[in-house]
Amino acid sequence: MSITLNNITYTYMQGTPYERKALDCVDLEIRKGEFVGIIGHTGSGKSTLVQHLNGLLKPTVGEVRVDGIDLHANGTAAKEARRKVGMVFQYPEHQLFEETISEDIAFGPRNLGLDEQEIERRVRLGMDFVGLSYDTFAKRSPFRLSGGQMRRVAIAGVIALQPDYLVLDEPSAGLDPRGRDEIFGQIIHLHQTTGVTVVLVSHNMEDIARMATRLIVMNSGKVKLDDTPSQIFRHGQQELAAAGVDVPPVTRLMKRLHAQGLAVDDSALTVEQAVQNILQTVKGGERC
Amino acid sequence: MGDIIKLGNLCHTYTDHEGNLVHALEQVNMTVSRGEFVAVIGTNGSGKSTLAKHLNALLLPTDGKCIVNDLDTSQDENLWAVRQSVGMVFQNPDNQIVAAIVEEDVAFGPENLGIPPAQIIQRVDEALALVGMEEYRHHAPHLLSGGQKQRVAIAGVLAMRPACLVLDEPTAMLDPHGREEVLATVHKLNKNEKITVIYITHFMEEAVTADRVIVMEYGRIIMQGRPEEIFIQVEKLKHLGLDVPVAADVALKLREQGLQLPMTIITDDELAVALCP
Repeated sequence: MSITLNNITYTYMQGTPYERKALDCVDLEIRKGEFVGIIGHTGSGKSTLVQHLNGLLKPTVGEVRVDGIDLHANGTAAKEARRKVGMVFQYPEHQLFEETISEDIAFGPRNLGLDEQEIERRVRLGMDFVGLSYDTFAKRSPFRLSGGQMRRVAIAGVIALQPDYLVLDEPSAGLDPRGRDEIFGQIIHLHQTTGVTVVLVSHNMEDIARMATRLIVMNSGKVKLDDTPSQIFRHGQQELAAAGVDVPPVTRLMKRLHAQGLAVDDSALTVEQAVQNILQTVKGGERC
Repeated sequence: MGDIIKLGNLCHTYTDHEGNLVHALEQVNMTVSRGEFVAVIGTNGSGKSTLAKHLNALLLPTDGKCIVNDLDTSQDENLWAVRQSVGMVFQNPDNQIVAAIVEEDVAFGPENLGIPPAQIIQRVDEALALVGMEEYRHHAPHLLSGGQKQRVAIAGVLAMRPACLVLDEPTAMLDPHGREEVLATVHKLNKNEKITVIYITHFMEEAVTADRVIVMEYGRIIMQGRPEEIFIQVEKLKHLGLDVPVAADVALKLREQGLQLPMTIITDDELAVALCP
């Protein structure tokens, strides 16, 4: 079971002077249960790529299959397949529209044709996931919430669909560090408890490095690197620099120490690892 | 020189939709000297943006005083002078750009001030040069990158020749490259043009570069000082739900493991030099 992209090319405004190739011959398989991070600078094709995963964009060339079903075939099978992929866009709070929070979250499940009892169960599930108490918030207007809370309502709306594949495009942009940690903590928890496949697009290398089991680096519409985060940060320096993405702050610190002449193992991805590596080097007497 | 901003017991209280009294700002006292670069940090809802909106009279104090450039913001007749003194830049560049061509967007402010056309052209030239966007003057803003759009938004504010720039999370929607562009531009304006900067951010590596850091929680200022005084308080900041620069975090943990390191380390360079003089 997987999402497969077979030789995808996507061209914006084809046949006009503004024609631009946003994806260029991308081959990719996202297997069930993976936690995939996608990074790349603005305009590298990340968002275009993820909009193919649930059929929002139709590739100019190539095909997208979810669990073997071509998303752009005719018939109910393709429609069912598209529903397996839940998508949280950038700034999802801009998409809230209902009068109450529970109605907003219920919109998706209701469109799936579920009965009212199941819809309420889904709404509670979604609210529970994002840490919003049903009793307190269900009947409030989503537009009276803080930005961080609105973001959670929007994410709850996607969780309530119980997708097999969860795609999130920059879910933490504009949240404070605590809000960011909460959202990511919940995504990790969901991944671990339900085995949902997660595809996370982010500028924040630190978060991706910490969470993803597989990292995809995009540049100029192509997949430049596809490996585990630690392998990429260790060996992919040049490609990362060429792709215009930052290494995590810890990696940057360790490289700075290395450049200063400290023979430290610079592959650390967390503060704890960095501290251990520095202590080993310093206590080994190799101060410089 | 003196102080460009003086807040005395500034309070902002409002009634929410359920009839509860919300104290968005409580007894805030602060001054900002001319030419200073002040970073403001705090979690969502701590009052940072409410504070910023007082500085150019988008919000007025419900109690206390807000004095900007020697003008009391609560006096109606001062409104335009206050808004001209303090330029605001917000998070989302797409919400701040009004025209279809970059130079027209930058000209929007001075046009509204009733400045003669010849001078407007001069101001637009200057403002675009200051943010390094001259070559894009005839471009359409929606085709620019996020960092470039934000620099156009800053140019639009600069064309009004403010004494003070207030930036409310100007880099929150940008990628790392765009963030660097914007921060470098703001520093250049502060250093070369002596524009006072109030810079609200969630990115601690940006706050580290300020002259002074102000930490807010529940509508109050709870800490302030030089970055090295604030960011060495790793545990306290984490408890507040804020990040700390990774170098400060690593240095603290190394000290706990018995390594002799100065207390003031907050940047990668400082840690590198301390470990390898």
